[in-house]
Amino acid sequence: MFKWLHPLAKPETLYHFCGKLSPWLMASALFTLLLGNIWGLGFTPTDYQQGDSYRIIHIHVPSAIMSMGAYLAMAIAAFTALVWQIKTAQWAVLAIAPIGAVYTAIALLTGMAWGKPMWGAWWVWDARLTSELILLFLYFGVMALHGAFSDRQTGAKVASLLAVIGSINLPIIHFSVEWWNTLHQGATITKFAKPSIDPSMLWPLLISLLAFKLLMLWLTCVRLRTAILENEQHRPWVKQLVGKV
Amino acid sequence: MVSFVVFLQRELTLLARQKSDWLNPVLFFIIVLTLFPLGVGPEPNMLRIMAPGIVWIAALLSVLLAAERLFKDDYRNGVIEQLVASQQALMPFVLAKITGNWLSTGLPLVLLSPLVALLFNMESAAFSAMALTLLLGTPVLSLLSVLGAAITVSADKGGILLALLILPLYIPLLIFASAAIEAASIGLGYQGQLAILLAIMLFALALVPMAVCSALKINVS
Repeated sequence: MFKWLHPLAKPETLYHFCGKLSPWLMASALFTLLLGNIWGLGFTPTDYQQGDSYRIIHIHVPSAIMSMGAYLAMAIAAFTALVWQIKTAQWAVLAIAPIGAVYTAIALLTGMAWGKPMWGAWWVWDARLTSELILLFLYFGVMALHGAFSDRQTGAKVASLLAVIGSINLPIIHFSVEWWNTLHQGATITKFAKPSIDPSMLWPLLISLLAFKLLMLWLTCVRLRTAILENEQHRPWVKQLVGKV
Repeated sequence: MVSFVVFLQRELTLLARQKSDWLNPVLFFIIVLTLFPLGVGPEPNMLRIMAPGIVWIAALLSVLLAAERLFKDDYRNGVIEQLVASQQALMPFVLAKITGNWLSTGLPLVLLSPLVALLFNMESAAFSAMALTLLLGTPVLSLLSVLGAAITVSADKGGILLALLILPLYIPLLIFASAAIEAASIGLGYQGQLAILLAIMLFALALVPMAVCSALKINVS
């Protein structure tokens, strides 16, 4: 696998690899997004307890899961960048950070919109809500730290270090519902047990989850390509590429 | 080990000469504590309920105040650069920094805790819980603030950024510490929370110095 991965550390190869990948990712992301959301928001049966407002889970749950997934991806990229000193991995960290931050914000906002009719309050100081908010601050911290250095290289490295340190928060968010036993409901989908959700609601949810993942990959590819061009703008291959267009 | 002692002596000499570095955070701690009764009202029962949170938030802020200047002078006059360039292990220097920081900002807070208990009418059970959580928690505060200072040492706008980066990492500590004091104040056992605090401290003690070393190296390279 390393033999396959290693050429991708070279910016030029990675640029073309992402270029090849992104149309496929875009098409599949948009298709699954439309399918999952139209099916989930329009055609699933109404919940017997929560009425129609439960439908927001088709946006809330995928974005919440992927807000943590994006952080994990960012932390792995950051770890790679620090241990093997790979520049492209640093750029990947900075490419993922804003996407993850937006996913976190979507999860928080849709959660609030659901919480108002269900719990009667926009916000409660519940363990999972609070730790998701901290996740948002961690994303902001990574981005702000990168911006605070006049030397881009140092900024990118330090931001990677912070991303690795902040990954401590991931297990806290994941297990907060079990540890604190608070207002937020437990996990509905588990790998090992039978899910506590009806199959007719589960399938669109899984498709939306896939859609959010593909969307993240696509946006990361696009942002990473821009970052590579920006950082390598004085290299001959970029000049050749830009000159050709 | 020898170099650790040398570095620690240097830290303590510096602290003895620049008294404002450790006196100001302690005074800040006391002033923040006196602001709370003025802000929320002097009702003794309410203050007793709020005391754990107030004490811990004041401790977080005062440690943060001391953190900003931790590496600034050593960075400006080139000590850190020389250490990295000389190929010597950075670890003794970092450990001495952390120890010096705890002795100058964490330990005074532990020693001040009887005064705090007096000011907020805390009962003896809650007081001993507060002293124990401060004793276990302030080393973690020092570790994390040294980490934040190391990360931002060459940043242009260090101060406010430091708070933004480090305060989220303090949160688990805050939760368990105030849970322990709260449990003690209603007469329940709090060994569980103390054990978690101790675990957090040992975990941070094992990993944070390494992160500090690599942050310093990144900042001077």
